[in-house]
Amino acid sequence: MVQSLIDHGVEIIFGLPGGQAIPIYDALYDRKDLINVLMRHEQGAAHAADGYARATGKVGVCLATSGPGATNLVTGLATAYMDSIPVLAITGQVRTTALGKDAFQEADITGISLPVTKHNYLVKDAKDLPRVIAEAMYVASTGRPGPVLVDIPIDVSFAKFDYEPVTEVNIRSYSPIQGESITEENLNAAAKMIAESERPVLYAGGGVVLAGASEELLALSEKTHILVANTLLGKGAIPETHPHSLGMLGMHGTAYANHAVDKCDLLIAVGARFDDRVTGKLAAFAKRAKVIHIDIDAAEVAKTVTPDISIVGDCKRVLSLLLDKVEPRGETEWNKQIKQWQQDFPLHCPSDDSQLYAQCIIERLWEHTKGEAIIVTDVGQHQMFTALHYKVTKPRRFLSSGGLGTMGYGFPAAIGAAMGCPDLPVFAICGDGGFQMTLQELAPSLEYKVPVKIVLLNNRYLGMVRQWQELFYNKRYSGVNIEFQPDFKMLAEAYGCVGIRIDKMSEVDAAIEKAMEINDRPVILDFHTAREENVFPMIPAGESIEQMMVNRPK
Amino acid sequence: MKPMQHTITVLVENKPGVLARVSSLFARRGFNIESLAVSVTDDPTMSRMTIVVLGDDSTLDQINKQTNKLIDVIRVIDYSEVPILDRELAMIKVAAENSARAEIMQIVDIFHAKIIDISPATFTVEVTGNTDKVDAIERLLEPFGIKEMVRTGKIAIARGTHTAIS
Ligand SMILES: Cc1cc2nc3c(=O)[nH]c(=O)nc-3n(C[C@H](O)[C@H](O)[C@H](O)COP(=O)(O)OP(=O)(O)OC[C@H]3O[C@@H](n4cnc5c(N)ncnc54)[C@H](O)[C@@H]3O)c2cc1C
Ligand SMILES: Cc1ncc(C[n+]2csc(CCOP(=O)(O)OP(=O)(O)O)c2C)c(N)n1
Ligand SMILES: [Mg+2]
Repeated sequence: MVQSLIDHGVEIIFGLPGGQAIPIYDALYDRKDLINVLMRHEQGAAHAADGYARATGKVGVCLATSGPGATNLVTGLATAYMDSIPVLAITGQVRTTALGKDAFQEADITGISLPVTKHNYLVKDAKDLPRVIAEAMYVASTGRPGPVLVDIPIDVSFAKFDYEPVTEVNIRSYSPIQGESITEENLNAAAKMIAESERPVLYAGGGVVLAGASEELLALSEKTHILVANTLLGKGAIPETHPHSLGMLGMHGTAYANHAVDKCDLLIAVGARFDDRVTGKLAAFAKRAKVIHIDIDAAEVAKTVTPDISIVGDCKRVLSLLLDKVEPRGETEWNKQIKQWQQDFPLHCPSDDSQLYAQCIIERLWEHTKGEAIIVTDVGQHQMFTALHYKVTKPRRFLSSGGLGTMGYGFPAAIGAAMGCPDLPVFAICGDGGFQMTLQELAPSLEYKVPVKIVLLNNRYLGMVRQWQELFYNKRYSGVNIEFQPDFKMLAEAYGCVGIRIDKMSEVDAAIEKAMEINDRPVILDFHTAREENVFPMIPAGESIEQMMVNRPK
Repeated sequence: MKPMQHTITVLVENKPGVLARVSSLFARRGFNIESLAVSVTDDPTMSRMTIVVLGDDSTLDQINKQTNKLIDVIRVIDYSEVPILDRELAMIKVAAENSARAEIMQIVDIFHAKIIDISPATFTVEVTGNTDKVDAIERLLEPFGIKEMVRTGKIAIARGTHTAIS
């Protein structure tokens, strides 16, 4: 099995052993060509594999023992599944003869992970292992990517057999381009619809990043002067610093992106799946627009929004074909109108210096990195502040749990990203709540000298929930006050890492600079921010742009 | 749109756990299964499921696409568009007192059903046919007192030369 992984280009595994995984760990013992990162919790291993995959585009691999080890992976698998990330999870299992007998540390992990994996395998014969690993890597990384789990009973991992590498995969029941509809007719119709539209907008999602279709998308936008709104997972699809970028749309999107989508007469969705955080009230979403939907997954077409034209296929291919068909067009009245919205509703940072504001810290961070760092976020207000204020310039440089919204994702995913891209600075932007869910991974970060910079936006609240309670539950703050918390500077030092506490805006630049100089261990920058700051703009859940708040309601 | 009954055929790999994958998908996505019949095909590596589902056109579209996405699913055939032959089998144990016997035998005869077991107090009737026919004989036997009944799910095949495996 280990040889199969190496033959498939795997260089790094994140895991934690246990009884039923010892034979696998035993095999890893002799392999110096496969880095085996010992994490401190299996959830951390799964997120690290996910972060590695998002940052590098390769399959991320994690490994756990049976029972509790395997179930600890589930949150990480669900996170990867929701965001279509290629992850391979390998789990130890009780021996085949004990399966189904409630043996010690037995959990039906293929059953448990069924709804959160693209596919999974229980291997009952060692001779199947090379084929199964080959298939698993193939399924995880092709078509619409996703996590795949391979469960290996201990007698199977013990068994000796003659290894023959499997290089070709042939699964008769699986095609990565099932339902493909890249036809002349479809492309011509799309080009015509674009030519006939007066107020078109591109809506770019995570699929553009996954497909590596950034160049094609930008070329299309430049040829037609159609501006691009991106989803949370589409950040970096085109540089957000480009004049054609409208930034993020949706619940916490920019007002101008949302106005553009609301008033457009043609919405061109590319690798995006009309998530409810984007659409809000469906009946009111882009209600004046015709829709072209380009997606590799036929099942995404007409799942929530029924398009006028759908093109099922890899968007890199579709966009490059479409690029040749569309007629060039210049700036129009519509472009001017959108520019007007950009002037009318700019993003802004609070200007008073008496408190630290997350938005301002993120803008400083942008200045120090020029948008070139890998930014990994956790989930909450800090995530949305980052989405709004950190303009991402390249694909695979912004990693965030979008679909599942998993608190605890950010820091371990940043470890995976940093190990996959050792030449780039990696910042984990975390809330004080989420960071406490997976901070045990400080230990392996130190051990492997991973210089992740943790930007802790510490508001002593489960801030995103508090914001909802403030706005929609009469300020009845229930279960959100987390003032009772460790001193994160001392915590960092206890782990042997560097900790810096920042209370004033004037200290921000020096702290970021110091963190960027440290390259052999993690740094925690503990920013004590304004406690009750809210993320705006905000369109309340299930509502339309009419209800958009751009400021705190009086 | 009004929910309608649709019959779909799903060709799958004949492997353990495939039924769980299909039923888990249906449960998770909120698709309603009215009936389900599974068996191996003439090719022993393949199984065939006939699933009767309830839903409007967009639900059916999602059912087809999502099911097709399962890795072990080889093909999904939606029979809404083609003429099909469909059958169910039922075994009905009906109270058969002396006085009722002749009448029950007449019903059985008319429906081309069979009496496959007899006891002093009961007949067990076997009937095959489409859903309507099985429903009809059930209704007619009801007044005599149905003691027990078992019905298979529907199975379906296209009319003419059209085949699922092609
Ligand atoms: C607190 C919180 C708030 C949020 N607020 C917002 C918000 O305001 N705005 C926002 O946008 N999101 C927001 N999100 C994220 C949101 O929940 C979704 O995760 C996100 O909108 C989905 O992005 P996407 O549509 O790009 O889809 P993804 O989940 O990235 O899906 C990718 C799509 O691309 C397709 N695809 C994959 N590969 C290819 C390929 N090669 N070619 C073509 N297609 C491909 C897939 O089939 C899929 O349909 C928020 C999340 C959280 C936790
Ligand atoms: C594992 C998990 N539990 C609960 C939630 C619900 N939730 C979403 S945001 C949030 C608050 C996050 O607080 P913190 O990490 O401090 O970030 P902040 O919003 O304050 O920036 C919570 C509890 C979640 N997304 N994930
Ligand atoms: Mg917080």
